[in-house]
Amino acid sequence: MTYPSRLIEEAVNEISKLPGIGKKSALRLVLHLLKEDADVTHLLCRSLTDLRTNIRYCVICHNISDGEVCNICSGTHRDHSLVCVVEDIRDVMAIENTQQYNGLYHILGGAISPVQRIGPSDLNIESLCTRIQNHNEIKEIILALSTTMEGDTTAFYITKKIKEAFPHILISSIARGVPLGGELEYADEITLGRSIVTRAPYNV
Amino acid sequence: MILQQLHMLNFKTYFDCKAVFSEHINLITGHNGAGKTNLLDAIYCLSMTKSAFANSDSNLISHGKNFFSLRADFLKNDKSNVLQYDIVDGKKNISHNKISYSKITDHIGEYPVVLITPYDTDLIRDGSEERRKFFDAIIAQTDKNYLQELIMYNKVLKQRNVLLKWIAEGNSIDNDLIDTYNHELIKKSKIISAVRSKFIEQYIPFFKSCYRHICASTEIPDIQYSSQALELNFATRFKNQTQKDIATQRTSMGIHRDDFVFNLNDKPIKQFGSQGQQKTFVLSLKLAQYEYIKHHKHLKPLLLLDDIFDKLDDERVLNLLSLIAQNTFGQVFITDARPNHNATLVNKLSGNIRIFEVTKGNIKPV
Ligand SMILES: Nc1ncnc2c1ncn2[C@@H]1O[C@H](COP(=O)(O)OP(=O)(O)O)[C@@H](O)[C@H]1O
Ligand SMILES: [Mg+2]
Ligand SMILES: [Zn+2]
Repeated sequence: MTYPSRLIEEAVNEISKLPGIGKKSALRLVLHLLKEDADVTHLLCRSLTDLRTNIRYCVICHNISDGEVCNICSGTHRDHSLVCVVEDIRDVMAIENTQQYNGLYHILGGAISPVQRIGPSDLNIESLCTRIQNHNEIKEIILALSTTMEGDTTAFYITKKIKEAFPHILISSIARGVPLGGELEYADEITLGRSIVTRAPYNV
Repeated sequence: MILQQLHMLNFKTYFDCKAVFSEHINLITGHNGAGKTNLLDAIYCLSMTKSAFANSDSNLISHGKNFFSLRADFLKNDKSNVLQYDIVDGKKNISHNKISYSKITDHIGEYPVVLITPYDTDLIRDGSEERRKFFDAIIAQTDKNYLQELIMYNKVLKQRNVLLKWIAEGNSIDNDLIDTYNHELIKKSKIISAVRSKFIEQYIPFFKSCYRHICASTEIPDIQYSSQALELNFATRFKNQTQKDIATQRTSMGIHRDDFVFNLNDKPIKQFGSQGQQKTFVLSLKLAQYEYIKHHKHLKPLLLLDDIFDKLDDERVLNLLSLIAQNTFGQVFITDARPNHNATLVNKLSGNIRIFEVTKGNIKPV
């Protein structure tokens, strides 16, 4: 595509580096900003710059945080004996939205995948072990990783590490099964198969 | 199961072509290069979600075009179904009664076909990978979980091999990580080899019975499934092999090394079988595939016979033709390029037979 101005071309190039945005959408966004008040663009730029320079990560769980320790880790009403291990900050947000979990988190920052050049040392696994070591109140680690091969590998690896170093820690994994409110015949076969194999006692 | 109608758009030699088929025998004639095999491949694609011949989906699109579309009406268990398979803008979509599959592999096994070609003897001559592929495709059609296990196994294998390379490049060795991949590969190898072994046990009786139907002789054919994963000390051997694997940067044990050994009278047919014996053997493998699927899915797959009637007085060919004439199979598609064969084939077959002539991009009933 040829652009009427070098300024537009540069802006389009930068914006289209974002995930899910191609050149066409980037151009639409650029033209939109030009149509709006200059303030809109200035505010956007300022908030992005602020975000990038002032963002901090919790030193305990690696969640995004305004201070050194995040609200969850410093929450006195939360159950500090439970730590839920997730791959990504979005997973924390998803679980928090359920309002069903009152423990803490630990964010790995991804899953092990040599093919993508991601090894255990690229993830916050070492810091999980240090955390267990330093926080005697931790009793249980809940693994909430994706149901991919990489997620499974990471879960196995972490379990092995923790079991060796801290045999008293309980390790559990979130249940994986049939969606609620759905009819069985619509569940995909692999999920359904797994749910049957890992069936749970029925409590009346 | 019956393929009633097929509409092809920009599929190889067919730009826009419709055909209505007989529910029993369809004889596809036309000279070499006319597109007979391409028609069988279209049917194969609709069943297996990929071509039997082309190694990439894009090779199926007519030269110079940017999409293809296959649309078929299938009668299955007395119900009419519409299947559509197309590639538009490089994206593959398969739909069943207008509902697209979210996982295309879910379609495999729903509309089974068995394809027999003159190249089938490659199965004997080629490496073990071809034989594993052949049997895996049969198992996958009757066991959905199996295909997922295989896909997962191959992903883990790839990760482990990259890790081995990583270590060889001088990165520090994390024994726990190697152990993790060892554990996964050992566990999955055991699961997959158990399925393969149970399958071959059920498949062999079908195979032997087909062999006797095709060739009335006292030869004893057999298939031996060999897998390291079935050996008692597999896990220990696998782990002990790790240092060597690091040195060679490949995984030396696991079900990716399995083989199916074809024997005739207890000797490998690859070395000791005559050409005729090899032909009988592979024809029986394919017919047993048909019988096995029919037995497990309670429906008759489509039988696609590509150019296999080279000598019409051959005992094997006569026996196969009489099986077809007796309606042992359901719907059958036969291609043959030689006009002098047609009359003989029609005579031997009888039944509801429809003859088609393929010429440049068109299929016309004769
Ligand atoms: N993608 C394609 N576009 C156009 N023609 C193709 C394509 N792929 C294969 N062909 C042509 O199909 C012909 C072979 O058709 P085939 O069905 O094998 O013939 P036969 O009738 O001998 O079985 C060849 O001439 C080849 O050039
Ligand atoms: Mg051909
Ligand atoms: Zn925190």
